[in-house]
Amino acid sequence: MSLLNVEGLSRNFGGLRAVSNVSFAVREGSIKALIGPNGAGKTTLFNLVSGFLPPDNGTVSFNGEPVQGLKPFQIAAKGISRTFQHIRLFPKMSALENVMIGRHLHGRSGFLAGMLSLPWTRAEENRIRDTSMEILGFLGIAGLAEADAVSLSYGQQRTVELARALAGEPRLLMLDEPAAGLNMRETAAMARLIEKIRDAGVTVLVVEHDMGLVMNISDEILVLSYGEKIADDMPLAIQKNSEVIRVYLGEEESA
Amino acid sequence: MDRSKYIPVLVLTAVVISVQAITAAMGKGFYLTQLTMSAYYSLLIVGLCLLMGYAGQISLGHAGFFAIGGYISAFLTTFDLTPYQTGRLVSFRADTGLLQARQDLYGGHLLTLHPWSACLLAVLVAVTIASVIGGPVLKLKGHYLAMAPLGFGIIVYAIVLATPLFGEADGLSDVPPFELLPGLSISGKLSLRVQNYYIAWVLVIATIILLQNLVHSRVGRALRSIHGAEDAANAMGVDTAQYKLKTFVLSAAFAAIAGVCLTHYNGGIGPSEASIMKSVRYVAIVAIGGMANLWGALVMGSLLNFFSLRGYFGSFDDAVFGTILIVIMLFSPEGLLRMEIVRALSGLFRRGSAEEEAS
Amino acid sequence: MSAELFFQYLVAGVTYGIIYSIVAIGFNIIYNTTGIINFAQGEFVMLGGMTAVTLNGFMPLPAAIVVAVLVTMAIGALVEIVFIRWLVNPSVLRMIIITIGLSILIREIALHVWDEKVRALPYFTGTSVSSIEVGGVHISPQVLWVIGVCTVIVIILNFFFSCTSMGRQMRACSDNRNAARLCGISARNMVTLSFVLSAGIGALAGCVVSPITYVQYDSGTGLAIKGFTVAILGGLGNSMAAVAAGILLGVLESFSIWVMPTAFKDALSISILLIILFARPSGLFGSREVFSMKEF
Repeated sequence: MSLLNVEGLSRNFGGLRAVSNVSFAVREGSIKALIGPNGAGKTTLFNLVSGFLPPDNGTVSFNGEPVQGLKPFQIAAKGISRTFQHIRLFPKMSALENVMIGRHLHGRSGFLAGMLSLPWTRAEENRIRDTSMEILGFLGIAGLAEADAVSLSYGQQRTVELARALAGEPRLLMLDEPAAGLNMRETAAMARLIEKIRDAGVTVLVVEHDMGLVMNISDEILVLSYGEKIADDMPLAIQKNSEVIRVYLGEEESA
Repeated sequence: MDRSKYIPVLVLTAVVISVQAITAAMGKGFYLTQLTMSAYYSLLIVGLCLLMGYAGQISLGHAGFFAIGGYISAFLTTFDLTPYQTGRLVSFRADTGLLQARQDLYGGHLLTLHPWSACLLAVLVAVTIASVIGGPVLKLKGHYLAMAPLGFGIIVYAIVLATPLFGEADGLSDVPPFELLPGLSISGKLSLRVQNYYIAWVLVIATIILLQNLVHSRVGRALRSIHGAEDAANAMGVDTAQYKLKTFVLSAAFAAIAGVCLTHYNGGIGPSEASIMKSVRYVAIVAIGGMANLWGALVMGSLLNFFSLRGYFGSFDDAVFGTILIVIMLFSPEGLLRMEIVRALSGLFRRGSAEEEAS
Repeated sequence: MSAELFFQYLVAGVTYGIIYSIVAIGFNIIYNTTGIINFAQGEFVMLGGMTAVTLNGFMPLPAAIVVAVLVTMAIGALVEIVFIRWLVNPSVLRMIIITIGLSILIREIALHVWDEKVRALPYFTGTSVSSIEVGGVHISPQVLWVIGVCTVIVIILNFFFSCTSMGRQMRACSDNRNAARLCGISARNMVTLSFVLSAGIGALAGCVVSPITYVQYDSGTGLAIKGFTVAILGGLGNSMAAVAAGILLGVLESFSIWVMPTAFKDALSISILLIILFARPSGLFGSREVFSMKEF
C-alpha cells in the first residue's frame, strides 16, 4: 500500500504554474525518484509536500491522513523528514548536536523541565545523545561527532544532514538533491547509504539530477516538466519513454 | 561536562562572598547598595541575553516589562484599600491573608495588598502582555521586528508618565519592604544592607543556574537551531514560532521580577526606568557581553550598571552606552565576549581535564 | 466645539503633521538608496535648529539658517563616511543598532556642546503674538512659513528625483544597486548623497519649526518616532504618501486631546504604529504584493 498519496497538487506563483495538477503515490518501503529539467517544479513539489509552501489545490495524504496545509513542524511530527538542496546545517554546533536536533520530536522536556534540569530530563537527554551517536554510526561517521558541523567537507556535511533527517525516525525521508556537489566516489557512497536506509524500512522520496544515481537506486521514477507530470514508471520504462527523452534532449539542445 | 558547568557558578558564589567581605573589611559597605541594584538589573539582562543570543530576537522594549513589574507592584503595595474594606472582594482577600495592614510614614493606617500577591500579579500582567504582543511581534522581520518592542516600550513610558495613579513624572514612592520569608525582606534599610546584597545575588545565582540548565537542554538546543537556520529547525519538528514566543515571555517575566525586586529595594520607581534609553542600555550590555553568553552578559551587566550607578560615567552616562553599541556593532556585530573566543581561551586550560574525561 | 476652535486645532494638526512628513521623507530618502532606516534622522532636525539658534547670535537669520543647513549636511556626510560606508553587507539589525547608537551619541554630544536649555529662533516675520486672519481664523505667520517651506521642499525633491540626472541615478540605486553599479553609477556616492540630502532637509525643517515647537538637545528622538510612524503609515519609501500620512497623524493627534489627556498624545501615535505594523505593514497606501517582495 502506498505511504504517500498526492492528488491533483497545484501551486502558482503570480501567473506562473510551478506545479500543475500533479498526482502520484509512494509505496511504503520503496525509493521513488523525482526528476525533471531545471525549473520543472521539483523543489516546489517538495516544499508543498513538506509544508514549506501551502498548495493552491490538491491533497497530500500521508498514511491515509490529509497533511496538506500543515506547517513544516507539524508534518515532521507526522513522520516526514527532509533535507535541503543547499545544505542547512546549524552553525556553531557539532555534528552530534545537529543530529540531536533531528531527534527533537522524540523528547518531551520543555522550558520548565529544562531550567530545573530534572532527573528525567537528563535521562532523556542522554537517550537522545546515545541514539544520535548510533545514527552517526549507522551512516559511518561516528568519528565526526564532535567536529564543528560547518567545518566538515561537503560530502561529510551531506551525510550529517542525512543523519539529522534520519534521527527523527521518519517513515518517509525526502532528500533534495543529496548528491549535488559530490564527486563520483562520494555519489556512489551516497547511493549505498540511501539503499541502506531503504533496507532499514524507511521510505525514500528523492529529487536528483544525477541520472546514474537515480537509475541505480530507484524503484520508481516520476518525471516532471514545466510543473506537469509526464511520466511515472519503473526506471527501465522511463529510459525508453519517448516523452521523457524529448524533454531531456530538448533541454540539452537549448543548454 | 555536566559537572564542569557548575564551576563558574562556584566562582561567582566565591566572588560574591569575597566582595562582601572585602567591602566590610575596608569599611566601604556603601558599595553594596549599588552592587545590589546592579544584581537586579542583571536579572533582566540575563533574561534578555537568552532572547537575543539564543533565540536570535532583539527587544528594544524590555525596560517596559521591567517598569510593568515595578509599577504594578509599587501601586498595589501602596494603594490604600481601607475605604473599600467593606467591599466583598477586599474582605475576601483580607480573609485569605492576601492583604497587609501597616502604618504609613505618618503613623496613619494603611491596608494594601501583600507584596507577595502584588509581585505575583505584576509578573502575571507582564507575562500576559508579553504573550499577547509576542505573537504578532515575532512574526515581523527586520526594521519592523526591532520597532515593535521599541514602540511597546514607548507606550509604557508614555502611560506611566501620564497616569496620575502612577505618580506621573514623580513616580511612586513609599513602597514597603518585600518580606520574602519571615525575617528576610527586600528593603533599602541600612541595617539590612548586607542581607539584601545576599538576597539579590542569590536570586542572580539561582537565575543563572536555571538559564544555564535551559541553554544546555533540549529547549536550548532547539533555540540555537532556530537562530542558526530557522526553516531547517522547522523541518526537524521544532515549533519555531512557539519557542520564540515562550522565550520572549520568559525574558519578560525575568524583567518584571527584576522590576518588582528593585522597586521594593529602592522603595519606589520613577518613569525613567521605562525610558527607551534603559532598553537600549540593556541591549548594549548583552551585545558587549557576547550575545549568546550568559556569563558575559552577567559580568558586563553587573560591572557597567555598578559603574553607572556609582556615577563613574558622570554626565556621559548615556553616551557611554551609545558608544558601546556603535563600536560593538561596527567591529564585532556578534558580540564582544563571544563564546568561541572564551572557549578558545579556556581550551588552553581545559586540555588536561578533557584527557581525563576521555579516559 | 465652535467652528473657529475646530479650525485652530486643524491648523495646528496640519502644521505638526507637515513636520512629521518632512522627517518621514528624510527616512525615505535614505531607505530608498540603502534599504536601511536611519534612526538618527530626528537628530538632524535638532542639529539644524540648535546650530541656527547659535549662529543667529552672530549673523542675520537667513544667513544663520543657510549655514546651519550646510553644517548639518556636512555632519550627515561625515556620519555616513565614518560609520556606514565601509560596512560590507551589514544586516538590517546591525544597521538599526548602529543608527540608534548614533542618535544617542549625537544627542549626548549636543548636550555637551550646548546644554539642556530650550531654545528657539525668532519668528521669521512678526512676533509670537502677531497673527494673520485667514477666513476668520487667526494663524501665526510662522505656521504659514512652515507650510510654505515644507511644500517647497516636497516640490523641489520631486523635481530632483524625476528631472535631474543625479536624482535619477539615486532612484536607479534604490531599484537595483547592482544594475546601477554596472551602468557606472557609484552606489556608494549615492548613499553619501542621500545622507547629505536628508540631513539638509531635516535641518531646514528644524529651523523653520523651532519658533513654534522650540528645540532642545533631545527633541530629535520624539520627532524620529513620529517620522517613523508616518513613514510606515504611508508605506516605507513612498514620500508623497508620507505627506498625506503625516497630515493625517498630525490632525489625529491634535484632535485627540478632546477625548484623552494631552499626555497620552505620544502613546496614540505609537499605538497607530503598532496597529499598522501588525495589521498592514505595507502602509495605508502601499501595495501588499510589492511589499512582500521587499527585502528587509
